[in-house]
Amino acid sequence: MDAPQTGEGAHIGKSVVIKGELSGSEDLYVDGNVDGKIELRNHSLTVGPNGNVKADVSAKTVVIQGKLDGSVNASERVELRKSAVVNGDVTTQRIAIEEGAFLKGKVDVQREAGKAAPASS
Amino acid sequence: MKFFRSSSNQAAGSAVPQKLTRRSSGMGEICRLLNSQEGLCVLDMGSTSANNIRFLTGKGHKAYSEDLLRSSLEPALRIQDVAGNSVLDSKKFLDENLVYANALFDVVLCWNLPDYMEESLVKPTIDRLWSLMKPGGYLLAFFHTREAGPDSTCYRYHVTGTDMLEMQEVKFAPPGRPASEKQSPRLQRVFNNRHIENLFRDFASIKFFLARDAIREVLVVR
Repeated sequence: MDAPQTGEGAHIGKSVVIKGELSGSEDLYVDGNVDGKIELRNHSLTVGPNGNVKADVSAKTVVIQGKLDGSVNASERVELRKSAVVNGDVTTQRIAIEEGAFLKGKVDVQREAGKAAPASS
Repeated sequence: MKFFRSSSNQAAGSAVPQKLTRRSSGMGEICRLLNSQEGLCVLDMGSTSANNIRFLTGKGHKAYSEDLLRSSLEPALRIQDVAGNSVLDSKKFLDENLVYANALFDVVLCWNLPDYMEESLVKPTIDRLWSLMKPGGYLLAFFHTREAGPDSTCYRYHVTGTDMLEMQEVKFAPPGRPASEKQSPRLQRVFNNRHIENLFRDFASIKFFLARDAIREVLVVR
């Protein structure tokens, strides 16, 4: 998911600044500034190219195109796109990192029972 | 100080740099360790590499990624000395980077970082790595020989699980510049053997491997 389609989740635009805790039961696209914590459990979080998130995030899948300072916990998958800048530890089952992405932190790939847990480029 | 190579050296039209290979005796020794044990803590100090993360986590190791070369270019690290010259604040650099528990790492993949990093950061960085490594831990670094010119290509390295490494040219945009202006870092200096031995004098042992491509590999034991 790169950008949300109409009616398919919440969208925080690039001029929006949020300080606090965000939680929800729908997909979230953040292209603005969030300072706090994001928890989506069974849904997807996408940090857009203009997004600047300073928060520990927890979601089913996390796609990062912008900047994120904080830990990332994804129950399914993490994707770091080429413009991603991530400072924090990543815990997930699968991780994909595009050429040019920047990651400073620990990567903990937790194996799904009976399956491999690849990182791909 | 000139940090980037001149733009005329850039390969025109290649969006994704080509991967080359080289044989690495030092990596061969480290891979024997990585292939024979599980749960090691490994710090990769090159550009973020999905290959390396896949290999390390696939073997059951803990992968840490920290691209110190890129981090050292943060404009906020620049201060003025008493003479008004722009210098890097090594104390601030180490306050913000390589912040881990002491004696955490079994293996540190330093690659060619010391040759491309600003000189004032090299010794403090190696000293910090000494404190972060377990006794008996391995550190692998590559140093250019005098035959390498200042425009020798800066590579990132991808682990394959053997003594073969995949190499890929490093390019990134200078701070504050758009991604379309990616450039390759410039070799800052050439260390001789004495310099290298001094750099790692606090470590237990040091082993040199001479390669044909104007590179000395150094495998250091903490």
